[in-house]
Amino acid sequence: MAELAYWEAIRRAHDEELANDPMVIAMGEDIGVVGGTYKATSGLYQKYGEKRIIDTPISENSYTGVGIGASMAGMRPIIEIMSINFALLALDTLINAAAKIRYMSGGRVSCPIVMRTPGGTAHQLAAQHSARLARVFMSTSGLRVVTPRGPMEACGMLKSAVRCNDPVIFIEHERMYNMREDVPETEFFRPLEGAEIVRKGTDITLIGYNWSFVLCMKAADMLAKDGISAEVIDLRSLKPLDRETIRRSVEKTHRVLVAEEDEAAVGTGAEIISIVIEDCFFALDAQPVRIHAADVPVPYAANLEHAAIPDEHDVYKGALKVMGRI
Amino acid sequence: MKAADQKRLLREMIFFRRFEERCFEAYMEHKIGGFLHLYSGQEAVATGVLEMTRRGKDYVITGYRDHVHAIKAGAPAREVMAELYGKETGSSRGRGGSMHIFDPTAHFMGGYALVGQPFPLAAGLALACKYKGTDEIAVCFLGDGANNQGTFHETMNMASLWHLPVLFVCENNQYAIGTRIDRSTAVTDQYKRVCGYNISSSQHDGQDIDTVMDAAAKAIEHVRSGKGPYFIEFLTYRQRGHSMSDKTAAYRSKEEEAEWARRDPITLYRDKLVKAKVVTDADVKAMERDVSNEIENDIVKFAEESPVPKVEDLNKYVLDDNPDPRWIGPLQNS
Repeated sequence: MAELAYWEAIRRAHDEELANDPMVIAMGEDIGVVGGTYKATSGLYQKYGEKRIIDTPISENSYTGVGIGASMAGMRPIIEIMSINFALLALDTLINAAAKIRYMSGGRVSCPIVMRTPGGTAHQLAAQHSARLARVFMSTSGLRVVTPRGPMEACGMLKSAVRCNDPVIFIEHERMYNMREDVPETEFFRPLEGAEIVRKGTDITLIGYNWSFVLCMKAADMLAKDGISAEVIDLRSLKPLDRETIRRSVEKTHRVLVAEEDEAAVGTGAEIISIVIEDCFFALDAQPVRIHAADVPVPYAANLEHAAIPDEHDVYKGALKVMGRI
Repeated sequence: MKAADQKRLLREMIFFRRFEERCFEAYMEHKIGGFLHLYSGQEAVATGVLEMTRRGKDYVITGYRDHVHAIKAGAPAREVMAELYGKETGSSRGRGGSMHIFDPTAHFMGGYALVGQPFPLAAGLALACKYKGTDEIAVCFLGDGANNQGTFHETMNMASLWHLPVLFVCENNQYAIGTRIDRSTAVTDQYKRVCGYNISSSQHDGQDIDTVMDAAAKAIEHVRSGKGPYFIEFLTYRQRGHSMSDKTAAYRSKEEEAEWARRDPITLYRDKLVKAKVVTDADVKAMERDVSNEIENDIVKFAEESPVPKVEDLNKYVLDDNPDPRWIGPLQNS
């Protein structure tokens, strides 16, 4: 095992996949000579050259479209969008093209791209650099959406995403790039589908993904001190969702909380709670709770930003509410 | 060009016109649904340009007015008609319809409804050709209206910057849906608009197929020889509305329509071949009868008799239907 930071894990996955298959290329703004805003492609330009590590102009919709077009001719582009906020500019090529081409060609043309992007709030980046947007992609048929929770998942899932024949939206998080974890030194893959019960418990199920999963784990430690045994699920894949793992856990604990960093409306929490109600309503002993951001554009001032975005204390308090302790 | 090839090209254009007009009839009979955009009047452009490309090798991509481009690129006309009928035997298995004909075996990579979306996709196809070290090229057909999308400018910049082997064919039919070009576009000569991206370009008559073929051959040679992208503009005219619902009388005059009808690409070519004694009027009449028979008794018949897709297959083709469990899983919880 070797300890890697999240960004190093992403870089390692690129390196291994570029070495494995000559059809793999990477493209994005400042990913080559500069090595990527979050260093996720550092050194790869020097190793693989400008033909395979392509610095693009600031034209998110069209360079994403170039990647999609190349994928239709057999290539496997890893497309970086520097911030998920900018992915809004690429929604035409991602949602109208990549997500639909396989279907509307009757399965005859596929678009095996990976679109990597950090989605989430960091520190005082203000409204136009703090979007989360997972819900936009998870509501689009024809896409896969994955949210690796740490370096191990980031490396193993990115490798799987590159080899998968579907368009994969790979959502990272700006707060997580320096998170460190032991990762096997030999090659490994992590599957794109399936939620994971990362911490077993009996009293309440806490459900999150990437950063909100981290909050759930911290809250579970706090709850343990109160004698509450929380089971924590990392969704891992937002599309498709693993209904079965959610159902089994809620049938065991009878209580559920979903944490997301996004606004509540039409979001991940809304979807998960709907699934719980459809699949295991009678297993519930208490009203489910959603922990989510305030319904405001993310503010700049540190105190306002803190108030707008959930943290582990919000998850903890939400869990106490589900438990009937407050 | 040999007389046999000239006759074949005339027949092809007559075929494309009749195909489109037969679609119109089927639409009125409610056998074709959705939106339908007909190519009548512009046949010389797709026929002439794709006559000069390597069929099945060069990639072809276009917008929603795509039937003729698909067939000329090599998609079987039967399958294109079956697609319009929403049948399982259609080019896209009945999942795409008129605006989304695909035939990857012919390297016809689709028709797209989002105006301007094929620009970057074409550049990507070209990037793949160049990356793989082949001398294949990508050919992107779009109308003048598409050039006001951001994708036009973004893609021209990248195509030029990276010397991509892509030919952009602008079919300037003077109208962006129902808005005349001088009411939507500051610079009406479209070929001038790529100068800012240092892309070679030219403008030609799109009604005379000989002119189209000559110009396309030079442009294709430019692209194939590694000199980077080329933007070729053809002045043409669609005889029907943008789709089946608009009334052309609201935005263009009868006089204008009559003037362009005099320059109908099929009439022009027929007259030229009659004058050169390549065909006689009787030959052309026989050709028209033969085309009508083929469309009615083979192509439409095939579409009519083909099965519709099975409802139980609704969820096929959303994602890879045979995913590799090594990458996909699903993960098992112990």
